[in-house]
Amino acid sequence: MAVLDSKSPKGPIANRWTKHKNDINVVNPANKRLIDVIVVGTGLAGGAASASLAEMGYNVKAFCYQDSPRRAHSIAAQGGINAAKNYQNDGDSTYRLFYDTVKGGDYRARESNVYRLAEVSTNIIDQCVAQGVPFARDYGGLLDNRSFGGVLVSRTFYAKGQTGQQLLLGAYSAMNRQINKGKIQMFNRHEMMDLVKVDGKARGIITRNLHTGEISRHSAHAVVIATGGYGNVYFLSTNAMGSNVTAAWKIHKKGAFFANPCYTQIHPTCIPRSGDHQSKLTLMSESLRNDGRIWVPGRKDHVEAIRSGKMKPVEIPEEDRDYYLERRYPAFGNLVPRDVASRAAKERCDAGYGVNSTGEAVYLDYSSAIERYGKTEANINGLDSSDTELVTKLGKKVIEAKYGNLFQMYEKITDENPYETPMMIYPAVHYTMGGIWVDYNLMTTIEGCYAAGEANFSDHGANRLGASALMQGLADGYFVLPYTIGDFLAAEIRTGEIPNDTPEFLEAENDVRKQIDFFVNNKGTKSVDHFHKRLGKVMWDKVGMSRNITGLEEAIREIKEIREEFWREVKVPGDADGLNPELEKAGRVADFLELGELFAKDALHRNESCGGHFREESVEVGGPQDGEALRDDVNFRYVAAWEYKGEPSDAVLHKEPLEFNDIELKQRSYK
Amino acid sequence: MNLTLKIWRQKNSKANGVVETYKLNDVSPDSSFLEMLDVLNEGLVDKGVEPVAFDHDCREGICGMCSLYINGEAHGPDRKVTTCQLHMRMFEDGETITIEPFRSAAFPVVKDLVVDRSAFDRIQQAGGYVSVNTSGNTQDANALPIPKVDADKAFDAATCIGCGACVATCKNASAMLFVSAKVSQFSLLPQGKVEANRRVANMVAQMDEEGFGNCTNTGACEIECPKGISLDNIARMNRDFLKSLVVAEDK
Repeated sequence: MAVLDSKSPKGPIANRWTKHKNDINVVNPANKRLIDVIVVGTGLAGGAASASLAEMGYNVKAFCYQDSPRRAHSIAAQGGINAAKNYQNDGDSTYRLFYDTVKGGDYRARESNVYRLAEVSTNIIDQCVAQGVPFARDYGGLLDNRSFGGVLVSRTFYAKGQTGQQLLLGAYSAMNRQINKGKIQMFNRHEMMDLVKVDGKARGIITRNLHTGEISRHSAHAVVIATGGYGNVYFLSTNAMGSNVTAAWKIHKKGAFFANPCYTQIHPTCIPRSGDHQSKLTLMSESLRNDGRIWVPGRKDHVEAIRSGKMKPVEIPEEDRDYYLERRYPAFGNLVPRDVASRAAKERCDAGYGVNSTGEAVYLDYSSAIERYGKTEANINGLDSSDTELVTKLGKKVIEAKYGNLFQMYEKITDENPYETPMMIYPAVHYTMGGIWVDYNLMTTIEGCYAAGEANFSDHGANRLGASALMQGLADGYFVLPYTIGDFLAAEIRTGEIPNDTPEFLEAENDVRKQIDFFVNNKGTKSVDHFHKRLGKVMWDKVGMSRNITGLEEAIREIKEIREEFWREVKVPGDADGLNPELEKAGRVADFLELGELFAKDALHRNESCGGHFREESVEVGGPQDGEALRDDVNFRYVAAWEYKGEPSDAVLHKEPLEFNDIELKQRSYK
Repeated sequence: MNLTLKIWRQKNSKANGVVETYKLNDVSPDSSFLEMLDVLNEGLVDKGVEPVAFDHDCREGICGMCSLYINGEAHGPDRKVTTCQLHMRMFEDGETITIEPFRSAAFPVVKDLVVDRSAFDRIQQAGGYVSVNTSGNTQDANALPIPKVDADKAFDAATCIGCGACVATCKNASAMLFVSAKVSQFSLLPQGKVEANRRVANMVAQMDEEGFGNCTNTGACEIECPKGISLDNIARMNRDFLKSLVVAEDK
């Protein structure tokens, strides 16, 4: 077991990033033209990095599996992006954003990285506005903010419920400018199949053209992986159907350590599953918890009546409702962080109070918000605020202006009108804080190989706060990686073009072809989805919101069995030359089946509860925090980075100890 | 629900396509249209038949990847939703549903229901951006107030997801709703006004080169657009384009 060096700069935390930028090597503009960089993934991190690197002068080759870089899954982010602008004059600062992020992550993130993130957050907003991103504004023409869970200031910038879309289209437009200049060569519908290492350095990738099936070798002086998270290991998640771990897993198998795979965010406000046909889960923005109240019936007979359709939720009297978040967490109420809200919903449903036919749903109720806003509107307009009908009408208008698109989405999916009856919600897998281990420069444990955005592990610790994913993706892509990559590339100016016909490239290509040939020729009996669904069920039941030693040991065994059966029995119709979605899925699920086991292994080893990782063996007993998560800072204050050794069960643990010099370690209390 | 599906099958861009008929039983009315196709495909895979290829990704109506021309309408019979958000309760039990790809000379079929929309990317590359470097060292975001009404209009135009429903719907296969949405977003904002003339000229030139038709003000695109992009944007683009002909800076 080795100790990992994060290469964090020393000195006062507020000066570290500036000092580091001054200290690292820089490549002169003429030499940048001699250097090629591959970027895999075109979401906020990959798109922003491609545009920035090309603009600086590097020759960029960018790859995405979608039919356009604009469709990366960053586009689906709804709520907003945090920045310590303090436009609301509510005492926000770089330090406060840093503090909130470290605390929200349950003290499992690296201080230096988080401070840098908070520091560059303000540049992101300036940059995006200059690019023409249409953020929400007030009548004075200035930018508007909203608040999010787990914090006490209003620092979230937004564009209705489509913030991710607008930010991604901003990065896409910056890319288009460079594509037009010929500085980015864009490869749509290309999936990275493997990494190529030459003399220990990342020097290229093997890709498959998803339209034609063509396998190609691409060389470069450095490779950036910005391919997002691995939530689809659960089969059902809020991720896009194509989101996958393959690029990250391939570099892991070539030497990049995988950090904290068990840190997963289960988002509390998603639309519950409705049946076996379900292919994905839909998120409802966390901003809904600003105004909605979450409850379940307090009486079992009411639960039965609701499930059998004999009673409607609006008929349950106020005194028989259990507003369990307000009851358990009077200080933060419905605005506790995501991990806490999710576990509380599961606790009520496990106790038998879930409200739909599956028993896995709680209510998110807007009736009191409609009344409250309606009364205010009536008063402002000099109308009768005791007229219930009028108040309801006015209140609905306010809610529509704030959350209209989310309410419409809910109605389309469930066929129920959320203005009239409470919404049903349940937690779902949403984001993975774990990922490829990187140092302060975002370099992985492979020289010349970088990881950015959700694909790396660095900034969110064990739990991510709302509106921080967009911030991290753009920070990495626009402002961090373009500088830090120079430190490595400065030594490459005399290397010359990397040939792509060396034995290393040919061998990697050959391995890719072998796997594809296996899939299309294996005359198995079961579809890829069959295995993916089984893996997902094991992950959700035993490595989900609440984990224990027995379940985790079973999960490790079962995932291994599913994997072995997969390689015997998988059936992939069609052939390898041409578009074949089943073949694409087969390669991705093969990697999920390995990652899933490492995930469970990591969860088993971390015998503490922190953030999104809840171990039933590690809870507070007695006192005001009875039953809450219990962190173990003595034994687990480190990043767990796993080295690949053949089978997931053979992975070797390396530790990066976490130091907290600028923040005092405390129990996270939202009571 | 029991359904009869008539689906366009085409091996690749060079092959001829045919309409195949499939029976599908016990479909849940709560499933989405694409989940219904998942069930069909799962059955085809079990029989060893190659499943129907269709584009999709986020399945929450925002990535713009899904398409499909369903019973003669882009994204099917519901309004302001993409195919992935279309639910089977919009159809009758026993109904026959015809499913075709988005058709246009500029969107060649790749396979079955999948088309190549890279022409849209090339139009954006021709000028769909503000020429600003990504240094982060621009002016403060609040240094330049933007009237809320302009910001809101720019946002409404910017919500285009680039799915191509407008092109598939238009009898002229015109891409003007798509192009005008980006042109409008930038020409409404002070950051984008500076190079507005050049932008509209270049984007329109690329649009013509890709083989898209012209707009004849039928308005079908606006009705079928899943994001409700307004025809006003086309009017604005035409105005900007005419202006660019007389005031182009390098003439």
